[in-house]
Amino acid sequence: MACRFLFAQSFFQFVKTLDILLQQIINGLVQGSVYSMVALGYTMVYGILGLINFAHGEIVMIGAMVALSVIQLLTGSGLPIFFILLISLMISMLVCMTLGYSMERIAYRPLRNAPRLAPLITAIGLSIVLQTLAMMFWGREYHSFPLLFTNSSVHIAGAVITEVQIIIIVVAMAMMGGLLMLVHHTRLGRAMRAVAESPSAAALMGVNSNNVISTTFMLGAGLAAVAGIMISANYGIAHYLMGSLLGLKAFTAAVLGGIGNLRGAMLGGLLLGLIESLGAGYIGDLSGGFLGSHYQDVFAFFVLIAVLIFRPSGLLGERVAERA
Amino acid sequence: MFYKLSAPSPFVTSATLIFSIALLAGCNKSEAPASASYAKGYGSGELVVKIGAAAPLTGAQAHVGKDNENGTRMAIEDANAKGIMIGGRKARFELLSEDDQADPKSATIVAQKLVDAKVSGVIGHLNSGTSIPASKIYSDNGIVQISPSATAVAYTNSGFKTTFRVMANDAQQGKALGTFATQTLGAKKIAVIDDRTAYGEGLAREFIKAAQAGGAQIIAHEYTTDRAVDFTAVLTSLKGKRPELIFFGGMDPQGVPMIKQMRALGLPAKFMMGDGGYTPKTPELAGVAAEGVYASLPGVPLAKMPGGTDFSDRYVAKYHQPIQNYAPYCYDAVNVMIAAMQKAASIDPAKYLPELAKITHDGITAKITFDEKGDLKGGAITLYQIQKGKWQPLQTMGDHTIAGTP
Amino acid sequence: MRNALNIIKHHAPNEKRMAWLAFAALTLILLALPFAVDDLFGRGWVRVLDFALLYIMLALGLNIVVGYAGLLDLGYVAFFAVGAYCYALLGSPQFGIHLPFWIVLPLGALLACIFGVLLGAPTLRLRGDYLAIVTLGFGEIIRIFLNNLNAPINITNGPQGISMIDAIHVGGFSLGRTQEIFGITFPSVHLHYYLFLIFTLLVIFVSIRLQDSRIGRAWAAIREDEVAASAMGINTRNIKLLAFAMGATFGGLAGGLFAGFQGFVSPESFGLTESIMILCMVVLGGMGNIGGVVLGGILLVVIPELTRHLAGTAQQALLGKTVIDPESLRMLMFGLALILIMLWRPAGLWPSSQRRRELTSSASSPNA
Repeated sequence: MACRFLFAQSFFQFVKTLDILLQQIINGLVQGSVYSMVALGYTMVYGILGLINFAHGEIVMIGAMVALSVIQLLTGSGLPIFFILLISLMISMLVCMTLGYSMERIAYRPLRNAPRLAPLITAIGLSIVLQTLAMMFWGREYHSFPLLFTNSSVHIAGAVITEVQIIIIVVAMAMMGGLLMLVHHTRLGRAMRAVAESPSAAALMGVNSNNVISTTFMLGAGLAAVAGIMISANYGIAHYLMGSLLGLKAFTAAVLGGIGNLRGAMLGGLLLGLIESLGAGYIGDLSGGFLGSHYQDVFAFFVLIAVLIFRPSGLLGERVAERA
Repeated sequence: MFYKLSAPSPFVTSATLIFSIALLAGCNKSEAPASASYAKGYGSGELVVKIGAAAPLTGAQAHVGKDNENGTRMAIEDANAKGIMIGGRKARFELLSEDDQADPKSATIVAQKLVDAKVSGVIGHLNSGTSIPASKIYSDNGIVQISPSATAVAYTNSGFKTTFRVMANDAQQGKALGTFATQTLGAKKIAVIDDRTAYGEGLAREFIKAAQAGGAQIIAHEYTTDRAVDFTAVLTSLKGKRPELIFFGGMDPQGVPMIKQMRALGLPAKFMMGDGGYTPKTPELAGVAAEGVYASLPGVPLAKMPGGTDFSDRYVAKYHQPIQNYAPYCYDAVNVMIAAMQKAASIDPAKYLPELAKITHDGITAKITFDEKGDLKGGAITLYQIQKGKWQPLQTMGDHTIAGTP
Repeated sequence: MRNALNIIKHHAPNEKRMAWLAFAALTLILLALPFAVDDLFGRGWVRVLDFALLYIMLALGLNIVVGYAGLLDLGYVAFFAVGAYCYALLGSPQFGIHLPFWIVLPLGALLACIFGVLLGAPTLRLRGDYLAIVTLGFGEIIRIFLNNLNAPINITNGPQGISMIDAIHVGGFSLGRTQEIFGITFPSVHLHYYLFLIFTLLVIFVSIRLQDSRIGRAWAAIREDEVAASAMGINTRNIKLLAFAMGATFGGLAGGLFAGFQGFVSPESFGLTESIMILCMVVLGGMGNIGGVVLGGILLVVIPELTRHLAGTAQQALLGKTVIDPESLRMLMFGLALILIMLWRPAGLWPSSQRRRELTSSASSPNA
């Protein structure tokens, strides 16, 4: 009885503060778009190679760090902010794409016929190396990432969303849209799908599998650079370890949506963001104060596990045969 | 399983390889000067004093760890420049700095290494989670350990004679913060966020105790992690509860985005942190959003202590960055150790330990005396506020407000 | 070991003698190792050896799940945590309970075993990377609970961890302090070495017996092809759960020993990176091959410590000054070592003969 009363009371509280709910949904969407941007990179590589590029989070970090350095270098030059942003984006994408390409050549291509877990270990090794190099190059401290856009924000029914956050949501959507276009409506996309089906058959049809795979890696790395810049711009902070947790969350999101599926990565990312923010915001109230926001990740993982128990290959994933 | 041994299996080859590398490494070690051992007694010439230091130099806390190492190194270089005499001989101090990766397991390995290297004392570790398991090893081997930054009450509770710290513990600092929040700022509705680390949780717990004793109501207790950057969910939830003051138990990498997101969400509450927030990074990274933020720091403001300003100026000149967190405490920790050695006229921990326990030393952070557990006796704690982008001291709470350790 | 005995039984007397000699030499080396290492390199390295033994146990436990049954588990450290906390809660001032280790240790292993089944059950339908992410989630869930269960009722003492855990002791004989036996002084780390060695040999023995048993063959069958295995009449559910349970038991055992050895446990010791490290040991050494896994465990504990030494002292000696700060160089060398070893030997340093055959014969597609 007391329990029901408590629940009714918290439900009343819940309805009364709809602006808070709306704000939580916005928070979730922003956080979710961040996850989606990174998850798209994971899923693209996985879709073609069936390989989890665990060092993807580090590319995001490198993207942000390179952009930061370029912006710092150009700030005094008197160029308009738009150009500075464009140049830093270009350079950081270029660096990341080179990195993505060399990563594939050095650490993944030689292991393409190796046991499934071998590339996992090289990926972990790469993560450590990239983190350490970044630490040596950019130092151990946290850097302030400059404000790229105006600080203005939009108020909707008591909730707030900043300009950067709107841009993040738009960019994430655009990324997914662009990738879908690429995969389904271009020559390269057709080649990618062919390689994903069977590299040897694709090769017989005149597709250069190696080139396609390299391109995919470079594409993923380029997107990671964009993601890194957007994320750092949103939180105003850049650090050499920023990639690892982000990578983990994005990987979770990609699996939740069905890894290998572009729409799934987007959906998984948004869903994970929403689960986290609503979880952190309401677990405490709904459990009568017994559980709190410290169980946010537990909540998220429980949802993930529940989804996977009923749909063992994620929300939008195909029912694939055993990947040996 | 063993028949493979006759053939050159990978095991044998790699084992041989590792073994020979290890052997090489060992040779290097044995070439070290023989005077290293303090047990060798008094001869003529220089007296080499090895001082160990341990902090995370890689990983998420590397920037704080490096700052600790810098502070320790400065103290040692100063001591060498001064030409300190111990027991009638000129002492030359050597720093052995180790990376404990903020990991308890690595901390015990590092501790054992420092013991093997026959250090006279150790400045470290940075975290409570590493200082506690390491303290047993130092105690077993009779080596003095002074932590510059471990704040958990449990650190000095094991009953080890060799365990000291020059930093106020969570209970002392939490009490000062809670008292300040309720008495000086008059906050009645307080929300608390902690980062679920030993430091953040411990400080938040003690803050809550003191704030409740001061008549405030804790209207919400939210949580985050020490790796998070997005706090909008918990802050939004707090926004609905309208706290007058938010206390965050954690470090500045989380504090900075938290302040920014708080202001972006339109949350007008006052914001307060412990010593983890009192860093040059907070006003630098958070910009205008950081205006009016409170933080505490054990000890008296550096500018008010003899040698304090001098230290921070020289630190900036040498390392091209401002002091991050605990470098002054490391500096004090080394100096208090050296002072005890001078008094005892010995660098043998067994001989100078009793002197250390009853020492009174004028450090750059405070006047240092230890109680029977090795905690700072009646340590002063200063409250600061960011005004016009700079930390300004507001009030130093001394012995009369904080009655020692509870 | 069984192989050694087989050789003794079936081969010519000369080889038999050789095998015995090798066996005796190895025993001697293992027994004398802590003293030799202590003398040559210092006591810190004996402690490294102790940790190496602990990690060998963990790696062998994970090897059952990953190497034998082919189930990718990224949350293995959870069982290590369960064992460690079981020991810590029942042998420390936390609750004022001080049970002896021969009760607590099996209890911890049993508890971990139960957790293994509980966590394994919901994942039975999942494969490959999906299984990996769910086990990763379970590992994190356990750690988060350990980190947060200090309120409303204080069970685990939260992020502060549990300190002053009882040393492992039998009657009045404690492994926590230096002991003298037959006029030889055994410091605490040496005593722990011998205890850990006994348990490691036990785990190796059980692993060998399991590998060659009916269960071991069933594991290999579901690893190679689950559908075919189930068609051959193997109860895949039970056999998978058994793999989780066995692996978890070893993890729990190692956890208890760790708590008694270190005297302090806190949730930060049981993070995701630990799980990944243990997985690296298994894969790097050679999945499914006991010798390989043991080698992997040794290398991944010793390499970081060696590089710690090389990065500082050797750099100084070689170049005359410190060019790169030692910590960065150490991490760099460690990361490069992982990559290079994997490129050099994709199936692990010392792969099982079965896997080596698979690798050379199959021209599997990159899609596989």
